[in-house]
Amino acid sequence: MNRREALAATATLLGVTITGAQMFLSGCTPTEKKISSLSDIDTALLDEIGDTILPETASSPGAKAARIGEFMKTIVSDCYSELEQKTFVDGIGKLLALCRDTYNDSFVNLSPSKRIELLTKLDTEAASFSSTKKEDGPDHYFSMIKQLTLWGYFTSEPGATKALRYVPIPGRYDGCVDYNGEPAWLY
Amino acid sequence: MSLKSVQVNSGGKEKNTYDAIVIGSGISGGWAAKELCDLGLKTLVLERGRDVQHLKDYPTMMKKPWEFAHRGRMSNQFLKENPLISKAAGFAEDTQHFFIKDNDHPYVQDKPFDWIRGYQVGGKSLIWGRACQRWSKYEFEAPAKLGYGIDWPIRYEDVAPWYSHVEKFIGVCGNKDGIESMPDGEFLPPFDFNCVETHVKQTLLREYKNRFLVQGRWAHLSKPNDIHLQQGRGQCQARNLCMRGCPYGSYFSSNSTTLPWAAKTGNLTVRPFSVVHSIIYDEQKGKATGVRIIDSNTKEVTEYYSKIIFLNASSLNSNLVLLNSTSNRFPNGLGNDSETLGKYVGFHLYRGFVNASFEGFTDKYYYVRNPTEGILANYRNLGKQEMDYVGGFTTFSAAYRTRATQSADKPQLGGDFKDAISKPGPWEMYMYMQGETVPKKTNHVRLSDTEKDQWGIPLLVTSVGYDDNDEKMVKDFLEQSQEMLTKAGGKILNAIDNKQPPGLDIHEMGGARMGRDPKTSMLNEWNQLHHCKNVFVTDGACMTSTGNQSPSILYMTLTARAANHAVAELKKGNL
Repeated sequence: MNRREALAATATLLGVTITGAQMFLSGCTPTEKKISSLSDIDTALLDEIGDTILPETASSPGAKAARIGEFMKTIVSDCYSELEQKTFVDGIGKLLALCRDTYNDSFVNLSPSKRIELLTKLDTEAASFSSTKKEDGPDHYFSMIKQLTLWGYFTSEPGATKALRYVPIPGRYDGCVDYNGEPAWLY
Repeated sequence: MSLKSVQVNSGGKEKNTYDAIVIGSGISGGWAAKELCDLGLKTLVLERGRDVQHLKDYPTMMKKPWEFAHRGRMSNQFLKENPLISKAAGFAEDTQHFFIKDNDHPYVQDKPFDWIRGYQVGGKSLIWGRACQRWSKYEFEAPAKLGYGIDWPIRYEDVAPWYSHVEKFIGVCGNKDGIESMPDGEFLPPFDFNCVETHVKQTLLREYKNRFLVQGRWAHLSKPNDIHLQQGRGQCQARNLCMRGCPYGSYFSSNSTTLPWAAKTGNLTVRPFSVVHSIIYDEQKGKATGVRIIDSNTKEVTEYYSKIIFLNASSLNSNLVLLNSTSNRFPNGLGNDSETLGKYVGFHLYRGFVNASFEGFTDKYYYVRNPTEGILANYRNLGKQEMDYVGGFTTFSAAYRTRATQSADKPQLGGDFKDAISKPGPWEMYMYMQGETVPKKTNHVRLSDTEKDQWGIPLLVTSVGYDDNDEKMVKDFLEQSQEMLTKAGGKILNAIDNKQPPGLDIHEMGGARMGRDPKTSMLNEWNQLHHCKNVFVTDGACMTSTGNQSPSILYMTLTARAANHAVAELKKGNL
């Protein structure tokens, strides 16, 4: 059973809507609900956004495998200030609106190339925002999403052990070894 | 709560009597316990915090990064409630249980001063930086010779054999470099330099002749000796997660080393949850007879008695205990005839930070993590006044490879992006300073007249700030560090004076300084109170000046030296 089936099956079996599950059955939800708090944001949507930023490649799994949506929600909920939380939550709403205006569809229904096209546009916008914003002003919401994705992915088990090299007990330190294109150490 | 209102539960005087009492179980208290127990004294260690047993009480030591809910970060609510302690070096989700919470332990700041504390058995020895350079002869001589302080009552020669004694026991890695400003010790093999560190070291030797960048002298068992195996400690695995507590006992802490060693003698008793109220002074006998404590859980007051007392409560708390130990003979604090108690507090200047990127060396990397940093020995005011400020500074430095970036003409997300940033990037190297400060009468701590803690003990007031000497030294550090990294081919990225408040260095010192003259100092050359000879203060409170070396190993050294002197004097009937 793959992940999509598992989630759908669980939702059906329990007879309740499980957060995230409906995104995998997006055909059944023709209208997206309004995003006004963190709990309105579906984990699966964040997984798909994260997985567009860091997708699976030949060398390593993508951000979805690192459960990046769950990580983003945990950090935004526990570690972000109220202002940062608002920026993030409003930002997801803006992203969905932009998606609908541009493609007349929800993000999760977009083809991979359209997802990349959309997020690249936001990435450019965020980069330009960062270069002009006040130093202590809030980040652009897409900068938050991207930072959380990179941080969460590279410290997750798949990111740390497959994309990077994680050696919990090195046993020794060598100051100088030849480098031939291997991944970086986790830290 | 006033003490008079509390039933003093002595539990029978005999039962509460020991040969020696040590106040504090941190890096110096642990050493006092170890030496005194080895020398046959029944020793009681009083610790205000909870017990922390080696291994058993290191809950995060084996956790992987993804096993922390916030991957190391603290919650926003915690940060709001703990703005002070969450600033401490090494404080994070994996180590936070070894630090205090702000609201539990208030103090009063006349000027901004970050007082970082770790209240548990082992104290801050669990979370210390582990750098272990020896003081040079210059540092002991400079304050009196160059006119910025009183004379130390000891010289390098007095402590050199005790440095050896301590180094052999705790295990210090390092290279014998033969540098006058940072003498060699009893070293285990050093950790390697990487290629950029070696390059910068060679550049500095060539360009300056007298600037020595050397491998870290750190309290790690790079290759344990028999004594370390006897302690139950093993070889450093280079995890560099020391502050969580080490599963191999490879870095030195009281918990892994001195306290278990002392316990094995059968002479040690440790009493956690014991907040020391004061040292009891007997006016007839003309000496201290014991220690009054408040149980932090029950608030019950108990007195313990002993022939000698070692005060190792951490620099400022040792000041607090002495200031709060009043009697008819000593109305202003125990042994305080000189009225210097609480004054001449110093710290280390940690404000300067410089880093640079380096082109090239991309065919070289290193194997995982170096748990130490390089040390650029002090090169300023060595034995003579050369600068427009007094004192010198040590520089810590390390080079590392950053993570690669995706080239700017390509999308900054997607598969190629992910694969690109999973690789190591260009080299960078940083330098930060550890500078000497001038202990001044005005930089002081005192007891609050009005505010008390939850045990009824007056709060400590800190009145410690920077001066013009500090500003000049930071400026010189920033200029010199940029020049050195530039000469080595680096491109400067940052040169920052972070303006952090004093205290965040966690190297606060003094207040009960050693000196030759009882009129201007609190302690003699053996760390005894001039006017109450059976009380020894051997933590950072004793420091006459701050030097520029990492201080912990000197505290351990002075403690071992004083403990052996104390036992010899006891045997002679002099205490």
